[in-house]
Amino acid sequence: MAKFSKKKVNRRKVEASGEGPEQVVRDPGEQHEGLNEADGHVSEEQEEDEEEEQEDEEEEEDGGGDKDERRRQKLLEAINALGGKRQKKLGERSEAAVLMSEFTINAEGEGERVDLSDLIGTVEKNRAVPAKTRKQLKNLQQSKRTVECPLSKQETERIQRDVSFQKAASEVSRWKGIIRQNQRAEQLVFPLNQEPAGPKPMERVVSGWKAQTPLEQEVFALLTANKQPVHDPILTPTEEASLRAMSLEEAKIRRAELQKARVLQSYYEAKARRERKIKSKKYHKVHNKAKRKEFLKQFDEMVKTDPATALEELDKMQTARMQERMSLKHQNSGKWARSKALLAKYDEDARKAMQQQLEVNKELTQKLVTSLNNEQEEEEEEEEAGHPELMPDFVNDAERGLDSSNPWMRGKLSEEPTESERCGSLDLTEEASGVGGGTAEEEEEGEEEEEGEGKEEEALLREFDQRRKLRQVQEADTGPVLSVDDDEGMVEEDEAAAEEEEQLSEFTSLFQEMANSRRDVMAEQAEAAPDTSVQLEEGRRRICTVEDVELLSQEEVAPDEAPVQPQLPPATENMLSAPQKTGKNRKRKRGIELKEVLTTEAKVLRIPLAPTVEDTEESDGKLDQRGLIKEAFAGDDIISDFLRDKRNQEDAGKPKVVDLTLPGWGEWGGGGVKPSRNKRRRFRVKTAPPPPRKDQHLPTVIISEKRNSSISLHQVNSLPFPFESHTQFQSTVRSPMGRTWNTERMVKKITKPKVVTQLGAIIQPMAREELMKDASNNSSVDSLRRKH
Amino acid sequence: MKVKVLSRNPDDYVRETKLDIQRVPRNYDPTLHPFEVNREYTRALNATKLERVFAKPFLASLDGHKDGVNCMAKHAKSLSKLLSGSCDGELKVWDLTKHECVRTLQAHEGFVRGIVVRFCGTSFFTAGDDKTIKQWKMESPGYGEEEEPLNTILGKTVFTGLDHHQKDGVFATCGQQVDIWDEQRSSPIRSFTWGVDSFSAVRFNPVETELLASCASDRSIVLYDMRESAPLKKVIMTMRSNTVCWNPMEAYYFTCSNEDYNLYTYDMRFLDRPITVHMDHVSAVLDVDYSPTGKEFVSASFDKTIRIFPKDGGRSREVYHTKRMQHVICVKWSADNKFILSGSDEMNIRLWKANAAEKLGVLTPREKVAVNYSQKLKEKFQHHPQIRRIAHHRHLPKSIFHQTKELRVMKEARRRKERNVRKHSRPGAVPVVSEKEKHVVTVVK
Repeated sequence: MAKFSKKKVNRRKVEASGEGPEQVVRDPGEQHEGLNEADGHVSEEQEEDEEEEQEDEEEEEDGGGDKDERRRQKLLEAINALGGKRQKKLGERSEAAVLMSEFTINAEGEGERVDLSDLIGTVEKNRAVPAKTRKQLKNLQQSKRTVECPLSKQETERIQRDVSFQKAASEVSRWKGIIRQNQRAEQLVFPLNQEPAGPKPMERVVSGWKAQTPLEQEVFALLTANKQPVHDPILTPTEEASLRAMSLEEAKIRRAELQKARVLQSYYEAKARRERKIKSKKYHKVHNKAKRKEFLKQFDEMVKTDPATALEELDKMQTARMQERMSLKHQNSGKWARSKALLAKYDEDARKAMQQQLEVNKELTQKLVTSLNNEQEEEEEEEEAGHPELMPDFVNDAERGLDSSNPWMRGKLSEEPTESERCGSLDLTEEASGVGGGTAEEEEEGEEEEEGEGKEEEALLREFDQRRKLRQVQEADTGPVLSVDDDEGMVEEDEAAAEEEEQLSEFTSLFQEMANSRRDVMAEQAEAAPDTSVQLEEGRRRICTVEDVELLSQEEVAPDEAPVQPQLPPATENMLSAPQKTGKNRKRKRGIELKEVLTTEAKVLRIPLAPTVEDTEESDGKLDQRGLIKEAFAGDDIISDFLRDKRNQEDAGKPKVVDLTLPGWGEWGGGGVKPSRNKRRRFRVKTAPPPPRKDQHLPTVIISEKRNSSISLHQVNSLPFPFESHTQFQSTVRSPMGRTWNTERMVKKITKPKVVTQLGAIIQPMAREELMKDASNNSSVDSLRRKH
Repeated sequence: MKVKVLSRNPDDYVRETKLDIQRVPRNYDPTLHPFEVNREYTRALNATKLERVFAKPFLASLDGHKDGVNCMAKHAKSLSKLLSGSCDGELKVWDLTKHECVRTLQAHEGFVRGIVVRFCGTSFFTAGDDKTIKQWKMESPGYGEEEEPLNTILGKTVFTGLDHHQKDGVFATCGQQVDIWDEQRSSPIRSFTWGVDSFSAVRFNPVETELLASCASDRSIVLYDMRESAPLKKVIMTMRSNTVCWNPMEAYYFTCSNEDYNLYTYDMRFLDRPITVHMDHVSAVLDVDYSPTGKEFVSASFDKTIRIFPKDGGRSREVYHTKRMQHVICVKWSADNKFILSGSDEMNIRLWKANAAEKLGVLTPREKVAVNYSQKLKEKFQHHPQIRRIAHHRHLPKSIFHQTKELRVMKEARRRKERNVRKHSRPGAVPVVSEKEKHVVTVVK
């Protein structure tokens, strides 16, 4: 209270402005001003309460400043006294005053304003105030800027509350994960933090135990003598810590990681082993080529991104080339080459192998960046190629085995390959013919470069696969042609083998002609049909026979062995046994008719589209609603549909005659013997006609007779809440849970209760430790995720 | 000629001891069991009926108080102990297994307003109308010793509620303001006021142990953080809340029992509308307590019934009443989730089963399996009308039955009127206010 009181007499320094009660002036300059114009400002300050006063004082002000203070004071008092009750001075409100004096007795000078400088004056004298604070106060005094008025108490409290609420809310939100998890949990076991079952550390079990018998005492004496832990845990703290370092969860996670790594490793190993086992040169060639391409691509990128390593790679390549040039590896000067050279005169294979060697050498020593890149892989390849005795080329040829049984085929195929075949199966023909291997290879490579290399490789791989399969088939069956025939027609098999061969050759030629003509037709279509729609073409195709489909598919996939295997029998069927299979053809025609129906439907679909376009053109976008609906429902006759439905329902409701005759009872039975008429009549049960239908006389209504009022009492008539569809609900009801229909384990699993409590155990509220556990779990999971 | 004799291995069909279950070979092929749904339905129906047959929740009545039971407290460490304070200032400690009072003491003059057992279970606090808080030893005094409190704090105003911190030696009282006390000091370490109110209840959050909630007479529920100097937030509802209870498993949910016959479950982060409105009582709800699993809570009402609600269900799953039970003032759910204790006006404490049809005591494994199976069956077929009807059927005292009906009619009338008003006014002028939003007046920050 004393703090706020102020003596009027001493009021020399008066603040300059009387704007607001909270305003405090700190400008010394202004204070000087205030000194000069003291009277005016004092009066201003006091006039806050009453307006009358104000006027008087303003007069005074006009009179001029320096009057005697005392006189002025007196005058003021006199004026105040005149005012009477209303002008009673109101004390400035402050908390302390209210608390201290209940009768609102104001202390002397209470209502007056306190100046900062007044307060600071004592500070300067006081030694206890640190210099820093003094300095700050001084600065405060000198600064001209007015301090913003502090917020009201209500407002500050409100802000405080808001802030603390935000804090509390965020703190509480940490539980979200656990709460959600518990809500979703299939089973919750309370109390939550149960002690884990299992062995407990010894020291916990025998905590209250003491050595009593002399033997025990002796033992303990020994232990203490040897400074072994007795009372303390058996494990030293450091040991315990190390044990605790890896918790169960962590260990589990770690183990899972290791397992995964191991599995991956073994998987890669197995894959590598499998690949290494593949003997085919072709495969490796293709594989290496792919690798090389990849490497090239990488190298290009590397040049941009990491030039240093790229340079290293380049160096490597160059050294490889140099080595190749220096060595005699592919120069046909080795032992093997010499032996081959002896044979080369007579054996074409040997000659071919030697040529290949030279080719390789040439390739390897070429000074091209790309070829340089290839060098290493090529070298490896050549190493394999260096032992052709182990793996001769023709082993991989599927054609050879095929051809051996059917020389005709071979001749024909190699003589008249179609254009499309040639591009796809160049090496096949080359190997089959077995001439000019080296050149063929060259050609092949050239073509490869010309065409999209990726496609080529894919095709090659596919071909390779197919050939492997073929080989398997070959091994399984004695003759490939026979096996094919087994599938299709037995009639052909009866014919003589020689005849067969001839026919086959004929068929092949015929078939090829057919295929060619088809292709030509297709090509023509493709050329002619850019204006016709795609649908039309499809429609035509659909009508095609099965053979055509096969042909198409083979065209798409691998045309090289198409003529060899599956195409043959259908061709023969078509051409040779045409008169025999007219019946079959009819049947097939029926099938085709079905398809035709489909296509016609498609046409029907297409029809409304065109007229609508015309309509829009005619009516300029003004669509007739009725017309539209008519169009939309043009195809279906609703009324007849409804009538049909109704008739169907009526038929279904009609009683059916049940035949209960059992053959062989009371008379002879066996194959072909039918029960007698008499018996049949006797055992034919006619059920009583049902009550007349409710919709009997309502032609436009179908009332279902299925609803049974006695059952409907027990039936659910609306979909219960959590379910979204009736099928979902039905499925939950349909699956039984009892032991009659499920195994014991299944029953146990299904009927697991949601909440399990332990008998006689106090369930404590959720503890903060759960949160910690959850957090640690989450973090470990996160780290696991980051690792993968 | 060799005659083949039909023979079976006895191991396949003979049980080892006569205590074993008979072996029943089964073929689980579903095509052989066309009527499985029907059979299970019958089983479910029977299980539901049997449940109603065995539903006998009332276990015991503990009488001995000479005035209405005003408050109760569970023992923190022992399941068999219960403390109850009555309106004449008497406090009794009960042994629930023997159904008898083990200790009686005159704790206060006037009402005992609050009892709370310290978390360690060695002492307990009581607050009374005589403006005192007293701390007592849990052990009864030895022969010749006088019954004296360990500690007595004289307050300036009447205390109306009391609760203890979960782990620390700190407790909270409410009266004219909410005070936080240190056990070692005789003056509160913190006082919260927010306007001039009187508070009827205060509860610590058992999970986030520094948070509190209190119910004030200005129809508001106020949240506090013990560590802050100011309250956090308050929500003002249409009518006054009597008590509040936090969910012991889910930190941010609490339920308050309201004078408007309903209970409201709030998420403390979003006070502007309750998560669930629990309706069924036909008079003011006086007390609420959560089950220790946090899945359900029990409420005591002025309408002389106790109801059990699932925490997220709008309607009660169970209603308990007896002819002699008057206005139920306080209710507790035992810490093992098996029993419910209610203290009522007519000086009795009643012990109920939390699951009315449950068999008490240890169950054999086969019993357990059977119980689980029938429980699942009931769950599976709960939407079928017959089962639903039987499972939901409860006998109610006539007055409550009629009052329920009356309330329903009133509600329907109000709804109809609102609908009509909406129909006859400009679209959008009368917005649809959901039941949840209806009861919250405002949230004050």
